[in-house]
Amino acid sequence: MKKVLLTASAAALAVAASAGVAAARDQIQIVGSSTVFPFTTAVAEKLGQSGAFKTPVVESTGTGGGMKLFCAGVGEGTPDFTNASRAIKDTELASCKEAGVTPVQIKVGFDGIVLANSKAGTAVELTKEQIFKALAKNVEVDGKVVANPYMTWADVDSALPADKIEVLGPPPTSGTRDAFVELVMEEACQEAVEAANEKACTEIREDGAYVEAGENDNLIVQKLEANPKAFGIFGFSFLDQNADKLQGATVEGVEPTFENIASGDYGVSRSLFIYAKKEHVGVIPGMEEFIAEYTSEAAWGPDGYLADKGLIPLPEAARATQAEEAKALKGMGS
Amino acid sequence: MTDTTLSTGPASPDSLHTGDAAKARLRARYAAEARFKWLGAGAVALAGFFLLLLLSTIVTKALPAFHQNYVALEVDLSADKIDPADPGAANFLGLVHDGMAGEFPQVSGRQERRLLRGLVSTGAGVMLREAIEADPTMLGGTRRIAVPLDDFADLYLKGLLAKSGPSCRIAGVTVSGAGDEVAVGFPDDAILAMARGAGAVDGEDGGLRLTSGSQSLLLEIAGGTLKITELSTGEAGGAIGKATVLEPLASASDMPDDAMLRTIETAEANRKITDREIVWLDRLAGAGKIENRWNTLFFFTGASREPELAGIWGAVVGSALTMVVTLALSFPIGVAAAIYLEEFATKNRLTNLIEVNINNLAAVPSIVFGLLGLAVFLNWFSLPRSAPLVGGMVLALMTLPTIIIAARAALRAVPPSIREAALGIGASKVQTVFHHVLPLAMPGIMTGTIIGMAQALGETAPLLMIGMVAFIVDIPGGFTDAATVLPVQIFMWADFPEPAFQQKTSAAILILLGFLVIMNAIAVVLRKRFERRW
Repeated sequence: MKKVLLTASAAALAVAASAGVAAARDQIQIVGSSTVFPFTTAVAEKLGQSGAFKTPVVESTGTGGGMKLFCAGVGEGTPDFTNASRAIKDTELASCKEAGVTPVQIKVGFDGIVLANSKAGTAVELTKEQIFKALAKNVEVDGKVVANPYMTWADVDSALPADKIEVLGPPPTSGTRDAFVELVMEEACQEAVEAANEKACTEIREDGAYVEAGENDNLIVQKLEANPKAFGIFGFSFLDQNADKLQGATVEGVEPTFENIASGDYGVSRSLFIYAKKEHVGVIPGMEEFIAEYTSEAAWGPDGYLADKGLIPLPEAARATQAEEAKALKGMGS
Repeated sequence: MTDTTLSTGPASPDSLHTGDAAKARLRARYAAEARFKWLGAGAVALAGFFLLLLLSTIVTKALPAFHQNYVALEVDLSADKIDPADPGAANFLGLVHDGMAGEFPQVSGRQERRLLRGLVSTGAGVMLREAIEADPTMLGGTRRIAVPLDDFADLYLKGLLAKSGPSCRIAGVTVSGAGDEVAVGFPDDAILAMARGAGAVDGEDGGLRLTSGSQSLLLEIAGGTLKITELSTGEAGGAIGKATVLEPLASASDMPDDAMLRTIETAEANRKITDREIVWLDRLAGAGKIENRWNTLFFFTGASREPELAGIWGAVVGSALTMVVTLALSFPIGVAAAIYLEEFATKNRLTNLIEVNINNLAAVPSIVFGLLGLAVFLNWFSLPRSAPLVGGMVLALMTLPTIIIAARAALRAVPPSIREAALGIGASKVQTVFHHVLPLAMPGIMTGTIIGMAQALGETAPLLMIGMVAFIVDIPGGFTDAATVLPVQIFMWADFPEPAFQQKTSAAILILLGFLVIMNAIAVVLRKRFERRW
């Protein structure tokens, strides 16, 4: 028995040693945003189903974490693509360049951020200003900046229901939260608040009215079902898939629907990107085909399978230019 | 000084042991005992209740995932559709869609056809291709082929998406007009009260409107289906209305005046399936073309973004590969360390320090081991990302302290007389340990190892850092292939927006629980069979 175990462990160590000098990787590795994850995985699966390549491995590391891995350098140990729910930052691009990485940016579509509640609750129409008043840490009352005193929606605006403000949303590490802060809170920021402290616009209240519900949007959906008075902040795809249980609040009079987000009428939407590593094209098999699959009408078009998953397609002209630039592998800043 | 206390008074011994105060004390002690028993039983009952609640929720949620609905379609596999010389080039999904269109020849219009195509899984094409590759004799001619339904269609047939209301027979219904909108007439106005009960709203002209927010009233007549959209009072106590044609009527001329009115209680806006799709699915089910099969796909395929195609096998294989590496590393190293520390090492400051550190390591949060794995195994040894080899090594580090502690306890439990007897008849120290002490300690060591492995099987946190928390479709074929493990698969499915993944999540939890129960049962059996008492 002892011998068997010794042989087994020796074998394991041998495998460990040989793996260090593994042959060239034949499987695409993708990291990055959890928002783009549901779409990239669908494309990855389609590429695998074609039978010519192994199905790419897709990790959900968050946009920032993905950029860090992506820009770490060139070589088999580094990922070939990264998903991002925002454009690459200048600092990230600089660190990419430093490591000899040329990212190819492909804008793949839009994502709307919705404020939704259970269908059992009241449908509301909100403005960005009302959302700011309900959620900001500091607001202006009678010319003075004070800690947010509003406890019910009716306190914010008498036209809204007299329910306690209770909003479930993503934590500060999330890209959805970043985008929400940028598109709603900063835009609707009151002047007095901004004058008092520039950062105050981005601060969300911490007195229990805003509940950080973690990165799992399904959890928020389930909590909203259980509590019809609560609202949740999450990506449009979760509203789309749970349209039988949830209703989205209108923002500035525009309903969060597929069409309104695609046309740009709905104000709280952002672009989604994937970045390809130009240096790996031709080395790791299947990269060009993956890009071609992602940018095909069957995938990202208005009737494509990504639209079924909740991705809001780009306008037709933008799709054409993006697909062309992607095909030409136009590197950033080169 | 007891003598003096006794002699101070005429106090009888009764007052100490049988007096009233003594009896009260005794009662209080019995009461305390009874109270404790009840509290203990209550604690067990409460724990049992919660366990039962947890298990029953998981099981009831998981059960639908173990079956999958298939639709049997006539698919044309003749030579002009699939070139026998190059079968791989054919559009297999298109063929399946043609088969679906063949079931409903009356469906026209782009949007409607798209809706109809959406009822079958997008994986149907790949499955058809694989079936033909496995059995090329299928080619040439029309075959009856069963393909899985899309997740929403599947959920509807399982009764999880929409609630059907009562249906009733109405005589004397008239239908006039042609095209997508027709006029209907009813002999009495009972239908108006029904529509009101179904949530119809008053229109501007005094009629009733049935919107997507109200229940659906479907009229099955002459082989077709109509959806009532408007109703108002008609002549002679009757009712007239308008209806959308969901399925064209077979014979418009000689109308049987007998119709079946069925209601769908869940409003169309509150479900992810339209009336039209419901009518189609019910038609297929009525024709016996829907087969509810044991979901082999779930057990024997890898992950997928389509709930109806997603399977657990990739994660099971990944978990198995990871556990092999973990066991092969942690068991020999752990047992060897325990033997050395317990039997050979002299007790000094250094061994004390090592002992304290091992005990501390057992309490280190598992994510720390993941960070260590990232820094050492990936960045320094440059081992591949997402590989079960690295996962196994990280989990082995995590399991080592558990095994060492369990093995030392087991070795310590072997009575010294065994060692002394062996040494006494001239055995060397190594012989004593390996021939006598270790075999006697083995059941305890095994139990500890299995418990440690069960713990490792349920870990996700350390794997996050080394890239095993990932979407991986291909089933891993070796220790360096990208793989994921069971708890990670559960975590990922819980995170996907499609509602059908919720059942998959529960089903995967059941499978993981099954493996854990089996491992713990083995530990119990080993202990019972080989345990020796002194």
